[in-house]
Amino acid sequence: MDPLSTLWETFFDADAMREALPEMLTVGLPNTLILAVSAALLGSVLGLLLAVAGISRTRWLRWPARVYTDVFRGLPAAATILLIGVGLAPLGMQVWGPDPYPLGILALSLIAAAYIGEIFRSGIQSVEAAQLEGARALGFSWSDAMRLVIIPQGIRRVLPAWVNQLIALIKDSSLVYFLGLVASQRELFRIGQDYAATTGNESALLLAGLFYLALTVPLTHVVNWIDRRLRHGRPATAPADEDEDDDTSALSGPRKENGDDHHRDDHLGQPAGARRPPRLRTEPGAARRRPHRRARRDGLRDRAVRVR
Amino acid sequence: MIGPSGSGKSTLLRTLNRLIEPDRGDVLLDGRSVLRDDPDALRQRVGMVFQQFNLFPHMTVLRNVTLALRRLHKLGEDEADAVARAQLELVGLAGKANSRPAQLSGGQQQRVAIARALALRPEVMLFDEATSALDPELVKGVLGVMADLSAAGMTMVVVTHEMGFARQVADTVAFMDRGVVLEAGPPEAVFEQAEHPRLRRFLAQVL
Repeated sequence: MDPLSTLWETFFDADAMREALPEMLTVGLPNTLILAVSAALLGSVLGLLLAVAGISRTRWLRWPARVYTDVFRGLPAAATILLIGVGLAPLGMQVWGPDPYPLGILALSLIAAAYIGEIFRSGIQSVEAAQLEGARALGFSWSDAMRLVIIPQGIRRVLPAWVNQLIALIKDSSLVYFLGLVASQRELFRIGQDYAATTGNESALLLAGLFYLALTVPLTHVVNWIDRRLRHGRPATAPADEDEDDDTSALSGPRKENGDDHHRDDHLGQPAGARRPPRLRTEPGAARRRPHRRARRDGLRDRAVRVR
Repeated sequence: MIGPSGSGKSTLLRTLNRLIEPDRGDVLLDGRSVLRDDPDALRQRVGMVFQQFNLFPHMTVLRNVTLALRRLHKLGEDEADAVARAQLELVGLAGKANSRPAQLSGGQQQRVAIARALALRPEVMLFDEATSALDPELVKGVLGVMADLSAAGMTMVVVTHEMGFARQVADTVAFMDRGVVLEAGPPEAVFEQAEHPRLRRFLAQVL
């Protein structure tokens, strides 16, 4: 037998794949999704708390958040999962019995939170200080201004990085196999590995890999799509309503001034005679970047101290 | 408020609504010190418009105006929408309610910002170089809204580099340099009979 066909049979044995497929679909895929989705939710909530604590003016919030982030980002995921899954097992035993599955989710969430916290923090800090000032000037408290104005914008800016973290999470979910799950709790990787171990053929593992790709590759395209949208702006959805449009953006060129009596103006509506033909709503991105061209980019916290 | 860049005009304006706490002195509104009030409550009585508009880009124009009405004045959605639309109508932007700020010109954005501040029925309006970031052909529309507001009796403190506007609309013009008000008085006095040499130099440069 030549090496090539050996290679082919080791990895692309259709029968071995067919044998593993039902269990992959009914057990592996649901478990991987449960692990990844619940850890994504928990990790995102925890990450947001870490992000807010990380930019807090109170050092008793800021420092623990920094230490947490350093520790959980710095440890190998496998080590964290083992430490938590095994270390907290006696505690888990008292709360929900011998099942290591919740501890696996907890460990994945804690790891994800450290990364997601940093992603959210960088997004929140990228929001111009002027936004906070604008919200405070309306009478919003600092926390309302953060919640309603700053955090929503900050998170929007880092959605691509957040989705990337979810991709990493899906792959890391394979590591809970360290915790010795029972047959019905096995996720994709573990099932592939079990078939490979019993048959000596790696095809089932390759099938598991294909499942991971089927989950992650669409997500990478979601990232690209979000990224494009953020970069170029969303397509204009509002219907063009040109009648009110007396001063216009750069798109339609400079407008005629009539005289220098500059505080008397037609701002309550263009005089009928001066109405231009409706301008085309081209390139929504063109006008998008303009307003902030002179916006200051100083750090949020520097200004947050000033804006009381 | 007129004066060279860095003279403290914007800082003074921000002490009035306590975006910056004054180190010394007092701020009186209707004869009462505002320094003991809750700053957030004070800022609902004192509207402010910024050089860079500071509209919230992730919300529609309508939501920009209704946000504080709903969250701070606790109006219902329909009521807040009605107030906001009426206010947008006044600045000539009723048709832009569903646009995003980024889809508007600078002048339109600034008028939305004015509508957003006015919707809270402030007793005083502060304008921090409201037209300085605008392309020249857009300045007029914003100044027009401000002049109308003044004619309607609104008390306003306006930091501006538009000397013609200051002269025509202001009751009192104050000239600041290096953190100090050097001269203040009726516009005619300040612009035509300037006493302080620093003010004369400034006027000679800008007029």
